This record gives sequence, structure tokens and C-alpha cells, in this order.
Amino acid sequence: MDRGLLIISTLFFFLAMVWTTMAIKARRYRAAGFNFSAIALGFVCQTAFLSVRGHALERCPLTNLFEVFIFLAWSVSLIYLLIGPAYRLSLMGAFTAPFVFGLQVFALLAPIDVPHPRIASPSPWLEMHASVSLIAYGAFALACVAGLMYLLQERQLKSRQINSMFYHFPPLTDLFAAITRLLWLGFVLLTLGIAAGFLTGQPLPYIKIAWSFGVWMFYAAILLARHLGTTAPRRIATLCVLAFSAALTLLWGITFLSQTHSL
Amino acid sequence: MNLFCVGLSHHTANVETRERFVGHAAIDRVLRAEAGCTEAIFLTTCNRVEVYAASEQPIPTQRIAQCLLAEGMMAEDDEMGAFYRHEAQQCVQHLFRVASGLDSMVIGETEILGQAKKAYAAARESGAAGPFLHRLFQRAFRVAKQVRTRTGITRGAVSVGSVAVDLAEQIFGHFETRKVLLLGAGEASERTARALVKRGVRDIRVANRSPERAEALAALVGGRAVAIGQWESHCREVDILISSTASATPLVMRENLGPLMHDRLDRPLFIIDIAVPRDVAPDVNEMEGVFLYDIDSLQSIAQQSLALRRQQIAAGEEIIARHVDDLSGWIVSARERRLNSPGLSDPALRTSES
Repeated sequence: MDRGLLIISTLFFFLAMVWTTMAIKARRYRAAGFNFSAIALGFVCQTAFLSVRGHALERCPLTNLFEVFIFLAWSVSLIYLLIGPAYRLSLMGAFTAPFVFGLQVFALLAPIDVPHPRIASPSPWLEMHASVSLIAYGAFALACVAGLMYLLQERQLKSRQINSMFYHFPPLTDLFAAITRLLWLGFVLLTLGIAAGFLTGQPLPYIKIAWSFGVWMFYAAILLARHLGTTAPRRIATLCVLAFSAALTLLWGITFLSQTHSL
Repeated sequence: MNLFCVGLSHHTANVETRERFVGHAAIDRVLRAEAGCTEAIFLTTCNRVEVYAASEQPIPTQRIAQCLLAEGMMAEDDEMGAFYRHEAQQCVQHLFRVASGLDSMVIGETEILGQAKKAYAAARESGAAGPFLHRLFQRAFRVAKQVRTRTGITRGAVSVGSVAVDLAEQIFGHFETRKVLLLGAGEASERTARALVKRGVRDIRVANRSPERAEALAALVGGRAVAIGQWESHCREVDILISSTASATPLVMRENLGPLMHDRLDRPLFIIDIAVPRDVAPDVNEMEGVFLYDIDSLQSIAQQSLALRRQQIAAGEEIIARHVDDLSGWIVSARERRLNSPGLSDPALRTSES
């Protein structure tokens, strides 16, 4: 039943993706509207899935790679729905929907939904560590999406090859402001997540500590460069894309390899 | 009831001819009392002069044309060739095309809708517009709105000034806190500066070789004149640089802009170079955070937008055709009812569109 909810959710994201592509092709893309509603409905189904799975497991549903990916997709949708309209980033939905769709399709098709041996009563700190860290990843994912949009918009402006999508993009300075806020949001959440990890009272695997600090340092360096004003916005945007791509790959690798530190 | 439109526009007449038939204060009264129109709306813009009218008896084009001339003037034969006339459904179609901007010189421009609304309001006030034209114009406004929202006919800027302002908006979003430096006080930079002021720019600085001209332009756009020799230091602060000097060699080059940009790496600089020969070296565009547009690149974007708008004409015509079909039954029935009972006012004509 829970996978059924996830399939419906994936269909909503697919619908948002197809509709946006068609609207852009027909040169009649309108901000918000259908795209936003489809993502919101997809989010409702994701939430229902996580809730059903959580009740079945009697804990936060983060016991295997499949659930980690779905939780990450849920975090991305949540942060998009919270910040997208506020920062005039409606077109971000056009980029967010394919990303979430891809994550969910991969999670559904790959043989990664393997039941993990039950841990009697996981520490609440451990649950907080995992969930807050993944929400931080959601913020970083959207910073990456905003970074991609920045790079596309900047390239059009530099090359003077303006296509019909150009005027639907948010202004460069708004995108840069959104990148900064998303980076801060993700960074603060990641810091909280890491701190919660140290309060679990359980020994932490060295590889996870190293990976967490590596990601934390990378984002700290980007924020430092951003606020010192020594790095051009285009480079900050590029770093956001690189940092998230690296972090996602590592997240997959670490979660896959780690057998001892799952919830 | 005869419904017709008589007029001339940029398609058929040059500006000298259009100027002669520009109408006068008493046009509404003349069209009804002298020409015999039952209802009339006079629409005049810089590109067209048109009369939309309803009458019991057919009225010759010459008679309407004569009403458009000032007292004592006579329409000449060669000028009459510039007039077009549309009857019944063709008149409806023409009005819908005009209101939607499909017949405009700049396709998709929206100013015409405001002008049509103004003409209609004036005719309503003077009593020249009755139920027949009321219904027709209300429908025209609805059609224009549909064409505008359902097609891309109004999308993209089509003049150099508006392209520059749109690009600036895509970089900066809002203009309230943005600073602009005009290097040179030419007419083109004045137009662009005015457009930026309209969108909310409050800080405009004008640097020109002639301080008097700088002062005059600064006063016009609500800015302040600065010494031409200090333009480089102002570049540290401004977000938009509009250059239009008469210099024979480039003023803005990588060498002098490089150190300035280093201090403001996180703030983009949008340079609009509308001077010929160019004031800004082309390789400045390769610098981090600088977006340089010269007159050719601005014109090229305007042309692209215009081409995109042209592609949308067919979609607009489809919407118009549907509305014309919808109204044609009404026009025919109104005409027949009038013919059968000329003394009675037609209830169908009183039906409101809105």
C-alpha cells in the first residue's frame, strides 16, 4: 500500500515535469499554477507514504537506502514549497520536479528497499540526526537547483542569446540571494544534525564522521567565500552544484556501505 | 442598422495625410448631426484615425472623411484612396484586430487597447456611443484581453530602450535601490534613463563633456550631474552604466574597468553601450560580473521578440474569428429587426457584454 502512495506521488511529479516541458515548448509557461499544485499533491502523497511506513516501523522511516532517498525527495519538495513562492522562484518547480521524479523513480526501480534488522528503540537523537541532516540535504539540493538556474541565466546574458524561457527566470540577484539563504538554511540544519549525532550515546563510525565533516567544511568554505566577496556569484553557483553532486554521491555510497550505523 | 468602420492607418496613409484627418473637438456631434450616424466612436492614435459607426442608412466614406477634417478644409481625391472601409462582420473583425494589437505597427503593443477604451469612454460621455457600439466595444476589450493572455503576442520587448530595461530587470529584479550612471547625455540614453525612472530607479548620475547638458538631462530625469572625469569612481558604485558619448575611441576598457570590478565582485554591472562608434571595448563582456550590450545586440533581441510575436498572430486570429462568428448572428438579427420595425429600439442592442 505504501509503495502505491509513492507511485502516485511520482506520477504527480511526472505530470508537473511533462506539463512544464509542454508549456515551455508552446511558449505559454505561466508562473506557479499547475506546476506548484502538482508538486504540492506529490508532496502530500510523499508525506502519506512516510507516515504509513513510519507507523509500520514504529520509528522514523530511515532504515534503508530506499527510505533515505524518499526522505530526501520529501525534504526537497518541502523546502521548495516553503521558499519557492516567497522568493519568486516559481520556475524552480520546473527544475525541482524532474529532480524529485528522478530520485523517486530510482528508489522505486533499484533493489534497495531491503528490510533492515530492527533496532528495538532507536535513540531520539539518532532519529533527529538522520532526519535533520536529510532536510539539510533538501536545502542543499535546492541551492544546487538555484545554482543551475543562475548558471543558465548568466550564460544567456553573457552570450546575448536570449530564448523564450529567459523572461520566466527569476532575476540573477534574486537567484543569488536565494542561493545564499538556502546555503545558510542547509548549513544550520546540517550543523544541528551533526551535533545530534554526537548526542546519541552510541559509537559513531569513523567514515561517517569524516564524511559529515567533509560536507560541512565544503559548505562552510562556500559560505565564507560568498560573504568575503572574493568569489564571483557564478563560481558560488558552480560550487553549489559541485558540492551537492559530491554530497549526494557520498550519501549514497556511505548509506549503502554502512551496515552498522543505520537507524 | 448598418455597422461600419471608416479610417486610415499607417498601412494606408503617410503621416502627413493622417495629420490632416485627425478630427476636432466637435467630431462626435458632426458625425451624428451632419453625417447621419446613429452611433459613432472616433478612435485616433499616432498611427490611425478611425470612425466606428452605426447608421440607419448607408453613409458614403467621403462623407465620413469630410467630418474628420477641420472646418473649411476639403478632402482631396488622392487622399480618399488612403481610406479603408469595413462593413458588418469585417468591421467587427477589424476592431478586434485593432484592439488586440494585431493591426498595430509594433505587433502586440498594448497601448492601443487603452486608447480604444479612452475613445469609447469619451463617446459614452458625449452620448455618441449607444447600445450597439457598447456591446461591440465591450466584446472587443474582452477579445483583446484573451488574445493577450492566451497567446505570446505581447511577449518580449521590441524597442532598444525597452529591451535594455527588460534585461536590467532580469539582472536586478527591482530598481528602487539601483544606481545608474549616464555617460554622455544623448537622446537615446535619455529615453532609456526615463524608462528606468518609470520602473523605480531613484539614483541617476549624469556625466557629460558639457556640464550644462549634464545638468539639463539630470534635471529632466530627476538625477544629478557629476564630473565627466570622475566616471570611473562612480562605476564602483553604480549597477547600470549607459554610455552614449561621441568619443571616437572606446572609453571603457578592461584595463580601467578591471580594478573597479575587483572591488565589487559580488555585484553585477550591466553596461548599455548605445554609442556609435562604441564607447565600450567588446572584450569587457568577458569580465566576471559584467554584462555588456551594444546597440546591435539590443536590436537583435528586439527583432527576435518581434519575430516571436509574428508567430503568434495566427493564434490571435483564431480567437478573433471565434468571437466574430459568435457575434455575426447578433449583427444580422439586429439589422433585420431594424429593417422590420425601424421606429422601435431593439432590446437585443441593449444587452450588455460586461
